[in-house]
Amino acid sequence: MEYYLVISTIMFFAGVYGFITRRNLLAVLISIELILNSVDINFAVFNRYLFPDQLEGFFFTLFAIGLSACETAIAIAIIINIYRNIRDIQIKNLNRLKD
Amino acid sequence: MELTPIILLLPLLSFLLTGLAGTKLKPAAAGGIGTLSLALSALLAYLTAGRYFSTPRVEGVYEKIVPFNFEWLRFTENLHIDLGVLLDPISVMMLVVITTVSLMVHIYSLGYMKGEKGFQRYYAFLSLFTFSMLGLVVATNIFQMYIFWELVGVSSYLLIGFYYTKPEAVAAAKKAFIVTRFADLGFLTGILLLSYHTHTFDFGILTSGDSGVFAGAAGTTFLGCSVISWALSLIFVGGAGKSALFPLHIWLPDAMEGPTPVSALIHAATMVVAGVFLVARLFPVYHAEAPEVLTGIAVVGAVTSLYAAIVACVQTDIKRVLAFSTISQIGFMMVGLGVSGMGGHDGLGYMASLFHLFTHAMFKALLFLGAGAIIHAVHSNEMARMGGLYKYMPVTHLTFLVACLAISGIPPFSGFFSKDEILAATFQFNPVLGTILSFTAALTAFYMFRLYYRIFWNRPAHYDHAPHEAPGSMSFPLIFLAAITLVAGFIPFGQFVSSDGVAYTIHLDWKIAGGSVAIAGAAIGLATLLYRKENPTAGKLAAAFPLLYRAACKRFYIDEIYLFVTKKLIFNGISRPVAWFDRHIIDGALNGAASLTEKLSLAIRGLQSGHVQQYALLTLGGTLLIVLGILLV
Repeated sequence: MEYYLVISTIMFFAGVYGFITRRNLLAVLISIELILNSVDINFAVFNRYLFPDQLEGFFFTLFAIGLSACETAIAIAIIINIYRNIRDIQIKNLNRLKD
Repeated sequence: MELTPIILLLPLLSFLLTGLAGTKLKPAAAGGIGTLSLALSALLAYLTAGRYFSTPRVEGVYEKIVPFNFEWLRFTENLHIDLGVLLDPISVMMLVVITTVSLMVHIYSLGYMKGEKGFQRYYAFLSLFTFSMLGLVVATNIFQMYIFWELVGVSSYLLIGFYYTKPEAVAAAKKAFIVTRFADLGFLTGILLLSYHTHTFDFGILTSGDSGVFAGAAGTTFLGCSVISWALSLIFVGGAGKSALFPLHIWLPDAMEGPTPVSALIHAATMVVAGVFLVARLFPVYHAEAPEVLTGIAVVGAVTSLYAAIVACVQTDIKRVLAFSTISQIGFMMVGLGVSGMGGHDGLGYMASLFHLFTHAMFKALLFLGAGAIIHAVHSNEMARMGGLYKYMPVTHLTFLVACLAISGIPPFSGFFSKDEILAATFQFNPVLGTILSFTAALTAFYMFRLYYRIFWNRPAHYDHAPHEAPGSMSFPLIFLAAITLVAGFIPFGQFVSSDGVAYTIHLDWKIAGGSVAIAGAAIGLATLLYRKENPTAGKLAAAFPLLYRAACKRFYIDEIYLFVTKKLIFNGISRPVAWFDRHIIDGALNGAASLTEKLSLAIRGLQSGHVQQYALLTLGGTLLIVLGILLV
C-alpha cells in the first residue's frame, strides 16, 4: 500500500510544482490533471485496503475522472479562445483583465 | 364665532394660490386675489368682533371662547401642543387691527407696487404674513404662538429682502432675521422652562390665576431668582427682539429697506407689537409670579423710548425717523404694561398699553403709507430732497398732519387718549419714570413736526418733474386710516379690554393730560420755529453740541458695539479657534486616517498581481505553514 501512496504523493507534488512553475497554459492544465489523478489513486487505494467490501472510493474515482474530463474540455476551450484572441498562451502575457 | 378659522384660512389660501401660480398669474389678478381674500377676512373679523362683544358678560367678564382646537402633538398626558383659535378681548381686538391695516396695505400696494417686478410674489408674501400674524394672536397655547411667531419672522425676512438685487436690502433682511432669531432663542428657552415646571402650554391654564399651576416650580431658584421669573424674563427677551426694544432694536431701522407698505404693515402696525401682545397675553402670569420682571420691562421700555426719540430727532431719512418713532412708541406700550397692576384703577397701564397699541397701529400705518406716497412722488427717502410738498399733495399732507398730531398727543386725535393713559399710569407707579416718558413725549412731538415741516414746508426742493398726488388706490387707505385716527380716541376702550376683563371706564386725568398737551404744544412750537421756514438755527444747534449730535446721528454707536462684539470678540475669540480646531484636529484626524489607509493599500497592492500561479504559490505556502503549525503544536 505504501508504494501506491508514495507514487501518488510524488504525482501530487509534481503537479503542484508544475502548476506553479510552468509558463504555458497547456502545461499548467496537464499539471492539474496530475494532481487530480494522484487523488484518484488515493481514493482507489484507500478503498481497496481499508474497506475492501465497499465501493464508495471507486465511485468517487470515477466521478472525479468524469469531472476532470469536463474541466479539461472547458479549460481547453478557454485556452483556444484566448489563443484566437491574442495569439499567445504564455501566462505572463495574459494580463489584459488586470488593467 | 365658528367662522374664525376662516379668517385665518383665507389669507393662507390666497398665499398658496398666488405663491404657487407665480408669474402665470397676471399681476392684477394676484393683487385682486390677495385684496379680495383680505377684505373677506376683515369683514369676518368685524363680524366676529361685533358678535363677541355683544354676547352678554359672565360675572362682568367677556368669556374666553375656543371655537376650534385640535391636538397636534402629544408628549405626555398634560403636555401637548394644540392648534386652535382662542377668542378673548385682546385677540379679537388684534384680529380687527391686523385685518384692517393689512387690508389697507393690500389696497395701497395695488397702486404703490404697480409695475414692480415680482408683484405676484409680493402679494403672496403679504398674504403669508397676514396669515401668520392672525395665527399668532389667536394662538390657544404658547407653543402655537411660537410657531406663528417664527412664521411672521420668516415673512418679515422675505418682505424686507423683497428687492433682493439690492445688497442693502439683503443685508437688512439677514440682520432682521438673525437678531430676532437670536432673541427667539430666549423665547424658546423660556417656553421650555415654563412648560417643564407647569406641565402645560395652554394659555387658559397658565393665565387662570390658579397659583397651583406654578406649584411645581416652587423652591427652584437660579442666581437668586425663581425659575418662573427666569422663564418669564427669557420669554420677554423674545418679545423684546420682535418688538425692537433696546438693545435688540438694531434690525428695525435697517428693515426700512423693504417696500414702504411692508414697513407700514409689518414694521409699524402689527409684527413689531407682537412682543407687547405676548406680554399682555401672559400678563396675569407676570403679575402674579414675577412682578420684578414687570418692573424690568417698564425700565427697558422707558430706556428704549427715550433712546429712540433722541435718535429720531437727527435722522434725515424719513422712513428711519418713522422707524425710530415706532421703536419709541413700542417702548411706551411696554412701560404701560410694566407699570400696570391687576384690576380696576391699578390695571390702567394694561388697558392704556393695548389702547395705544390699537391707536398706534392705525396712525403709524397712516404715517408710513403717507411716507410711501411722498417717496412715490419724489423718488427719494431723504428730507433734503423734499420741502414745500403741501402744494402738490394736499391729501397726503392733510392725512399726514392728522397722524402727526395723533402721535404727538394733541386732542382730539386718538394718540392723545392712549398716550395720556400710559403717562397717568406711569406717574402713578413712579414719578421719575413718568417724567422720562413726558420728556420722551415732548421729543416725539418735536421730531414728528420736524419731519412734517421738512417734508411739506421749509425750502421747496428742486424737482425734476412736479410731484403729483397719489392715485386713488393709495389715497383711499390714507383717508380711511385718518378717519379712524380722528375717532378712535373716543372708543370706550376700557369697556372691552382691561387687565382683569371687568369693564373699566376711562377718566381723563386733566392734570396730567393738560400738562402733556402743553409740553407737546411747546415742542411743536419749537419745531415750527426751527423748521417751518428755512432757518439756520437748527444747524447752529447741531454745531453747538457736536458730540451729542454726532452720537445721535450714529445712533449712539449701538450698531458699532454689536459689530465690535460679534466681529472682534466672538469671531476672533471663539469662532476662529473653533474653526481652527475643526479644520486641523477633527478634519486632520479624518484626513490622517484616510491617508494611512491609502499608504497601507499601496503597500499591499503588490499582492494583487493577477498572476494565478503566484496566488497558488501563496496558498500552498500558507497551507504548509498551517500544517507545520498543527504538526508542531
